[in-house]
Amino acid sequence: MSVAATDKPAVATPIFRARVLPAIILAGFALLPPLAMALDDSFLVFFAIRVMIFAIAAVSLALILGFGAMVSFGHAAYIGLGAYCVGILAEHGIWEFYISLPVTLLVCGLFAAVTGAISLKTRGVYFIMITLAFGQMAFFTATSLSAYGGDDGLTIWGRTEVFGSSVLSDRTTFYYVVFALLAGAWWLCATLVNSRFGRVLQGARQSEMRLQAIGIEPYYYRLVAFVIAGMLAGISGALLANSAEFVSPAYMTWHRSGELIFMVVLGGLGSFAGAVLGATGYLVLEEVLSHITEHWRLIFGPFLILVVLFARGGLMGLIPGGKRHD
Amino acid sequence: MTLLAVQTLNGLQLGILLFLIAAGLTLVFGVMDFINLAHGVQYMLGAYLAVAGYGLTGSFWLAMLLALAGSLIIGLILEVLVFRHLYDRSHLDQVLATFGVILFLNESVKVVWGSSPLTLPVPEILDGSIPISDGLLYPVFRIALIVSGLAVAALLYVLVSWTRVGMLVRAGATNAQMVSALGVNIRRLFMFVFGFGAMLAGFAGIMAAPILAVEPGMGDNLLILAFVVIVIGGIGSIRGAFMAALIVGLVDTIGRSLATDIARLLLPPAAANDAGPAVASMLIYILMAGVLFFRPSGLFPARAG
Repeated sequence: MSVAATDKPAVATPIFRARVLPAIILAGFALLPPLAMALDDSFLVFFAIRVMIFAIAAVSLALILGFGAMVSFGHAAYIGLGAYCVGILAEHGIWEFYISLPVTLLVCGLFAAVTGAISLKTRGVYFIMITLAFGQMAFFTATSLSAYGGDDGLTIWGRTEVFGSSVLSDRTTFYYVVFALLAGAWWLCATLVNSRFGRVLQGARQSEMRLQAIGIEPYYYRLVAFVIAGMLAGISGALLANSAEFVSPAYMTWHRSGELIFMVVLGGLGSFAGAVLGATGYLVLEEVLSHITEHWRLIFGPFLILVVLFARGGLMGLIPGGKRHD
Repeated sequence: MTLLAVQTLNGLQLGILLFLIAAGLTLVFGVMDFINLAHGVQYMLGAYLAVAGYGLTGSFWLAMLLALAGSLIIGLILEVLVFRHLYDRSHLDQVLATFGVILFLNESVKVVWGSSPLTLPVPEILDGSIPISDGLLYPVFRIALIVSGLAVAALLYVLVSWTRVGMLVRAGATNAQMVSALGVNIRRLFMFVFGFGAMLAGFAGIMAAPILAVEPGMGDNLLILAFVVIVIGGIGSIRGAFMAALIVGLVDTIGRSLATDIARLLLPPAAANDAGPAVASMLIYILMAGVLFFRPSGLFPARAG
């Protein structure tokens, strides 16, 4: 990063990318419900809720993938874990958010801490494959939970309650809760990245040896980032369970993990605004293509390949503010 | 006891299938530093091509020949169109682009053959069962699968250890740049290794077609297991892949058949029926985690350090 900054002076305005663009994106999401009401298009709100939920997961993945160079191919597992926490608690009659939220964070944090502690001992392809395998482990465990629906999934008869009131059942309220959580997750990750912690994380991506030479062991920093990312993805899973009022192992297939990575790359690595744009772009694309043909993956697969081969920098690469260097 | 014998054979059979897939994957990775998620789809295509070939010719053996040729051709087409452009890219790019290939081919198979499972009849010579001990019958074809897999393993061993190409492959796995600097046409070596790996995956698909359902996505789960295998065995090592494939096949199969019974010793029956399968499905991942914890580059790493 520092090398890139010195060999090419910033021509355009980094402030645009760091401040203005996030503000525009968040304002867009904030103003969407009144707009949808004016257009009398309730699908739009429903769709935007889904976009924001996946944007939370994409932002959490961007933290470790874009800034820590940890290609986690099992990130969907945390969405599934978060969703199952809500679903299983509801099955036992526990609906309160002040129980389900801490449980979600705890379960996802623990899973991330244990699998991360092992995965982060490895590098490169090993890391990709191990996170993938742990993701599959969570998936197969979910499919064998016959008490909670097994393969078929689990219907949740309602939404998480806030001190006994079911305010989340109101679509607009739920929308703004999801919105607030997205903004919070984004703010948290951006703050982390700009802190000393974030500089170590990015430094480790450049040269682990240099960091070790000045007495910093990147392993623990990576692990903390991995756990935070897992917990944030867990929140997105808990929201997804509430939005769909349904949980199934399909939430954590490795295809889903691949799609999450694609969202981050489509938006542009190394930027949280990119992750949000990428999640939006992916879901809009999926929506549009699946209206054209049931076999939309025939179009999407080659598109993905083309994006990887030719569109380096992703959507953020199209936006002024200087190109990213790796 | 007989149950255990049957489960051991089933485990060997899964192990052999995994080896056939993992061998190609580990070769490609070892020589080209290329992570190919689409390897599982190539296995699926092998199975579909065999079914299609059988429909055309009515003979399992001709179908096998056609499917092998088809797997090779599709593998080479993919290499030229997509994979070749990814060799000097990051692993992230490779993962994503080959993920795109998976989405495309899984969907193509659905369009061409539909999404309901197809079957391939067992060839007549290998039909029927033979007694392995008193009162215990085991299908001949499944034994043939194990034997053919062992034969492929032996062939690979000879190829890799005793031929010039094998020597280049070993050298490439140790240091591909150096091999290229010594004047070897590394692109051609890459194509050769890639085509060979695609054929191995296709062969696994053909042999699996008569005993498993031939359906879209059939390669996806085996691909993950193959990853577990090469991670345990050490990426780039054929020997490691062979040992790890057998270990994973046996642990998974025997674990699944015994887990519920073992859980019943410790837990009340209802809980055991739930916990057994859950633990069984986690076994190989726990095994992998254990191996990696003590040996982060697998049991038989091809590269030193």
